[in-house]
Amino acid sequence: MNDVHPDTPTLRAWLLTEAPHSRTQARLGQAYVAALAFLRNPLALVGLVIVLALIAVAVVAPILAPYSPIAQDLGIRLQPPSIEHWFGTDELGRDIYARIVYGARITLVIVGMVVIMVAPIGLLVGTVAGFVGGWVDAVLMRITDVFLAFPRLILALALVSALGPSIENAVIAIALTAWPPYARIARAETLTIRNSDFIAAVRLQGAGTARIILGHVVPLCTASVIVRVTLDMAGIILTAAGLGFLGLGAQPPMPEWGAMISTGRKFLLDQWWVATIPGIAIFVVSLGFNLLGDGLRDVIDPKSQ
Amino acid sequence: MIEVENLSVVFGHGAKTVHAVRGITFHVAAGEVFGLVGESGSGKSTVLRALCGLAPASAGRIAIAGEMQGKRRDRAFYKRVQMVFQDPYASLHPRHTVDRILSEPIAIHGLGDADARIDSALADVGLGPTFRFRYPHQLSGGQRQRVAIARALILEPKILLLDEPTSSLDVSVQAEILNLLTRLKREHGLTYVLVSHNLAVIAHMCARLVVMNAGRIVEEMTVDQLRAGAPREAYTRQLLRASIGYDRAAAAEMVTFD
Repeated sequence: MNDVHPDTPTLRAWLLTEAPHSRTQARLGQAYVAALAFLRNPLALVGLVIVLALIAVAVVAPILAPYSPIAQDLGIRLQPPSIEHWFGTDELGRDIYARIVYGARITLVIVGMVVIMVAPIGLLVGTVAGFVGGWVDAVLMRITDVFLAFPRLILALALVSALGPSIENAVIAIALTAWPPYARIARAETLTIRNSDFIAAVRLQGAGTARIILGHVVPLCTASVIVRVTLDMAGIILTAAGLGFLGLGAQPPMPEWGAMISTGRKFLLDQWWVATIPGIAIFVVSLGFNLLGDGLRDVIDPKSQ
Repeated sequence: MIEVENLSVVFGHGAKTVHAVRGITFHVAAGEVFGLVGESGSGKSTVLRALCGLAPASAGRIAIAGEMQGKRRDRAFYKRVQMVFQDPYASLHPRHTVDRILSEPIAIHGLGDADARIDSALADVGLGPTFRFRYPHQLSGGQRQRVAIARALILEPKILLLDEPTSSLDVSVQAEILNLLTRLKREHGLTYVLVSHNLAVIAHMCARLVVMNAGRIVEEMTVDQLRAGAPREAYTRQLLRASIGYDRAAAAEMVTFD
């Protein structure tokens, strides 16, 4: 008779109710409202699809890739794109499609590791500095200033050269240079909420500084930090690619996109695909993260509502 | 219950010094509703904030239930003295549900039995259990102020500091909140210190009041004296006249007292 799923209208009503019956229902309802707002933004959806595709490709890389990303065959080196090798082969006869697919894993690992290290450090430094104030604020913010004063790639270069070139060291170097902007954002947010009545109210209930910062200040700063992180992901990918390009990130034969461009540039005029394909991959993924970040800002950043 | 002697509060230093409160003295007996009246900037809210430790007292002494209060207050103090803020849109955390807002003080003081306490606190302020998991943006101004009152009462304090609790609500809701406060006072045996610039609210709630201007107490009077319109001081007469409503002739005669 009618093909509407019987649960659909009630589930929607359950999620959108003004009077939830449990903590979970209240949280799910909030998430549902945010998701609806996000889905109304087509560009953000494009970004989300790209990012989800990157994750999917990274997860099922062995299924998607017809060849090993490091198997060399000098007999077929620098082949143009064809049915057997969709994106052609590089100077060692490796399949570029397989290398792009496996490279998604490396990109994702770099981005994930950097974010896991950077966001909490930035949040904590910024909220503590903003909330406690006084000499704590002065010391933490001067340290932040010192890190901000260095050009990012140069500092990362110096760190990697000191620690030795590898993907882990590249992640550490990027993380050490990427946290100061988050600390600044979190501090600015904290300064606007530290004197608000709801903070005074929880102080009056006898809450300690740690409880106020973690339970009341951080949740309000997280939104803008998440948005900024998503927008910075493109920059992180580009810095990682830059380090790879300079030979200081992933080491051969790892299929890191930046390193692939670096080796491909020698053949750019005659065998354009060797450097161009990984370039397109970096471009698409960076664009995806940027679009996603813009969409997230519209949904979760309290200032844009 | 509350003894304030020679209290001064000074913000800032050097050229930017602001003397918000200049040496005021008053006493509030247990079970009383004590009013603090004055125009904006007269220091009345600062007195409340100094009472509960949110603003630093630069001179004078504050004793609550016979105990001297210093700069730092212990947990036992917050269990005895709570405050309701002026703007219910600013005093509730925007990302916390009512449940989280009310369970926070229970968790801080390790009281236990959170579910029963939250339900009874909500019932106390006339909100049903359906309000428990809502976010502040799903509540009206009056409902928010009820949540704020429930939050203040959940620690079962003896003294409630009310900082213009109705001034940001519309008139019909104001009466509801005032009646609620009157009932809660009777049921819980509370002592109120009520700050307001609204003389009608003060006359309705309080037995005794002080009039403040420019950080000083101008006059201490009973509500009967206020109703009789018999203030001793010129400033109070002017405040009374202003509170009746805008009047061009009266406005022309207004003087700045300092």
